[in-house]
Amino acid sequence: MKEFLDMGGYAAFVWPSYALTFAVIALNVFWARRALARAEEAARRRLAARGES
Amino acid sequence: MNFIWFHRLGSPPYVYALARRLTPWLAWPAALLILGGLWGGLVLAPPDYQQGDGFRIIYVHAPSAWMSLMVYTTMAAAAAVGLIWRIKVAHAVAAACAPIGASFTVAALVTGSLWGQPMWGTYWQWDPRLTSELVLLFLYLGYMGLRAGIEDTQRADRASAVLAVVGVVNVPVIHYSVTWWNSLHQAPSVMRLARPSMPAAMLVPLLLMLLGFTLLFGALLLVRLRAEILARERANAWLKEALAR
Repeated sequence: MKEFLDMGGYAAFVWPSYALTFAVIALNVFWARRALARAEEAARRRLAARGES
Repeated sequence: MNFIWFHRLGSPPYVYALARRLTPWLAWPAALLILGGLWGGLVLAPPDYQQGDGFRIIYVHAPSAWMSLMVYTTMAAAAAVGLIWRIKVAHAVAAACAPIGASFTVAALVTGSLWGQPMWGTYWQWDPRLTSELVLLFLYLGYMGLRAGIEDTQRADRASAVLAVVGVVNVPVIHYSVTWWNSLHQAPSVMRLARPSMPAAMLVPLLLMLLGFTLLFGALLLVRLRAEILARERANAWLKEALAR
């Protein structure tokens, strides 16, 4: 296990690369879902406003 | 020839419903492929004879770089379709691409930098490949900035589409930069006409990652596309039904 984590001496370069890339993936999933949730909320508000007038 | 399917792709309610239905079919295979590629790349693949375990950065760097180019090409193609045929959905696709592409361009640049330090002895060089990839990031940021600066969606769509289409010249420059000029960056080892120059144990995890990232892009694009369509449809009647589900 220690050998694996050491990455043949390249740990300081390999692990940050993987961490950053998976952070970018996670953020993309989060951002996309948030964008959709916000757009749905805004559309609901517009529909409600139109219904009242 | 029957082109009804093509016309349907210009219809916001149809595309919205299609995007919702397709998303899980892209997202779950993407997750499985990326996990498989991760296992293969970190555990199963043997260390490189020159770079040791340092070469494993390729499994996150190359897919990120591939994303940066593929997303831009998709964005420019969608923008061109939007400009030429004035299709609202095409502009929505282009707008949905930009933040995805920009973030993976950052990942490609930073992971490349982390790979460059141990192998080339430097985090950054004003090298053709590195510089043209940085220009790609500025194109994405310029595109998003331009959109953010124009309030009217239709005008933002058209102005940003012109930028996206013009900027596409940078895509082949990035791809061929390592062959056209002397570059620190290594030549392509997968995306080339001859057979990939890698043994299968190294190549297969990389292909899983490339395919996984591509499907991930599809899933992210479909979710963002729905948001873009909703914003463009104002208070159209079909939204009521779409949002009720």
